[in-house]
Amino acid sequence: MAATRTVRLHDIAHGRTGDKGNRSNISVIAYDPAHYDTLVAQVTEARVAEIFAHRRPSAVKRYLLPRLAAMNFVLDEVLDGGVNGSLNLDTHGKALAFLLLDMIITLPGGDP
Amino acid sequence: MDRDTLLVGCAAGFSGDRTDAAAPVVATLARRRLPSVLIFETLAERTLALAQLVRRRDPALGYEPLLDDLVGPILAPCLASGIRIVSNFGQANPPAAARRIRAIAREQGLRAPRIAVISGDDLSGPEHRELLRCELGARLDGIDVVSANAYLGAEAIAAALAAGADIVVAGRVADPSLVVGPAMAHFGIAPDDWPRLGRATMAGHLLECGAQVTGGYFADPGRKDVPDVHAVGFPIADITADGACTIGKAEGTGGLVTEQTVKEQLLYEVHDPAAYLTPDVVADITGAQVRVSGAGRVALTGVTGHARPETLKVTVCHEGGWLAEGEISYAGPGAESRARLAGDILRKRLPRLELRVDLIGTLSVFGDDAGRMLAGTKAGDARDVRVRVAASHADRAEAERLGREVTALYCCGPAGGGGVRTAVRARLDTLSCYLPRSAVPARFEMLD
Repeated sequence: MAATRTVRLHDIAHGRTGDKGNRSNISVIAYDPAHYDTLVAQVTEARVAEIFAHRRPSAVKRYLLPRLAAMNFVLDEVLDGGVNGSLNLDTHGKALAFLLLDMIITLPGGDP
Repeated sequence: MDRDTLLVGCAAGFSGDRTDAAAPVVATLARRRLPSVLIFETLAERTLALAQLVRRRDPALGYEPLLDDLVGPILAPCLASGIRIVSNFGQANPPAAARRIRAIAREQGLRAPRIAVISGDDLSGPEHRELLRCELGARLDGIDVVSANAYLGAEAIAAALAAGADIVVAGRVADPSLVVGPAMAHFGIAPDDWPRLGRATMAGHLLECGAQVTGGYFADPGRKDVPDVHAVGFPIADITADGACTIGKAEGTGGLVTEQTVKEQLLYEVHDPAAYLTPDVVADITGAQVRVSGAGRVALTGVTGHARPETLKVTVCHEGGWLAEGEISYAGPGAESRARLAGDILRKRLPRLELRVDLIGTLSVFGDDAGRMLAGTKAGDARDVRVRVAASHADRAEAERLGREVTALYCCGPAGGGGVRTAVRARLDTLSCYLPRSAVPARFEMLD
């Protein structure tokens, strides 16, 4: 079996959260387009839904933007009502991109 | 003068943004001697409701509170260089903002600018209630409406500029329309030229949050370093006749424009990339590309657009009860255990409130209001923890009990708690609906 190593998504991608109402969108952008296929294979709707399970998303949808080496996640009803209703200090959920960027990614190859 | 390029600089991305951002943008626009527009975007979803509350108290106010600080320092060079100003800083009272700008010009001994006021967005008056009731029905019953505004598009802005306005003062318009309007007026883009409107809209989208495309809201030390981020410069887009844009920033400022900063802002608050909805167009960025096109300059290409929505979005803000918050800190050995105990005490003392508990230093903003994530987080031994509790309630007296119970932790709670802060404030809530365009006519008038 080929050697692999694990990294945080934060090591190979960056992103930003946006909010509208009770819906959050999180971009995930590869620093190096060579990692894009790995992101597509591993940063799936199912895994993202798992990471945000405590927020009970009613839907998690992924849009791919290969020319930008980016993907856009849209998570419905994850903001406890959003800026008007949430009791969170961060009513917009602006920090949430960094919850996603904490995900573990497996890369081929041994030492970095 | 070169008519093939329109420069649009943005000097504010929200109400409360830096007021020293505009001067370097204006200096850069003036030096480049091309047709130029300066925009200020100052209206988040709830800003308008807050402005409407101010207007209720004083009918001469209700526009952007920092208007003097935003416009005062740059009005003279803008008028001298023919840089037009387009903004939604009229908020809940565009005519009053226009009059204030005219007064600033007079106070500074400048010529009287031609100021256009956009109207039609404000649906808060009693004459519009039936219209809203058609869409919202019983949801309007028993609520105290603070503001109701339609998101207008770019056409009235374009018409005002074509009529010779130096300054266009709007209330609620879609943020990218602040850029689409000038592009329509300058290049003669037709209101159904969807591909060009789509491109101009995404130029506006990149600009509308100010420094968010030039290195603001971006720095992540070691991974995404930003030079002189304390003095981050605000963006300037070169827009061409087909609506495509190249993003740069004000000269002599900090920050940076890279493919990374542009990609982050391009996807900000976007849902389906094939359908970014505005009143002007349905923009489509599925084929978008960003490429460095020069030092500190990044071009956006590959954007198109489709026919605009038939309806306009309307946001209704209404009073939404009371939000109570309280905080207390624990530090040193056993701090997290003492903080968790404080949270347990507050839950038992406040059974009628649905309490959110945060342990700042252990888990806070990632957590959900119901506390599921915190419940799933094993107790650790964090040594500097701030307990924060929050609850909302329709009844102010009930909400105020939270602050009293947090304060009581001084003498009745775990050992060593300090630094209590409490607050109660009114909340606003929103409803949305969609109205046919014909029901919400937008227009402009020149200030006499």
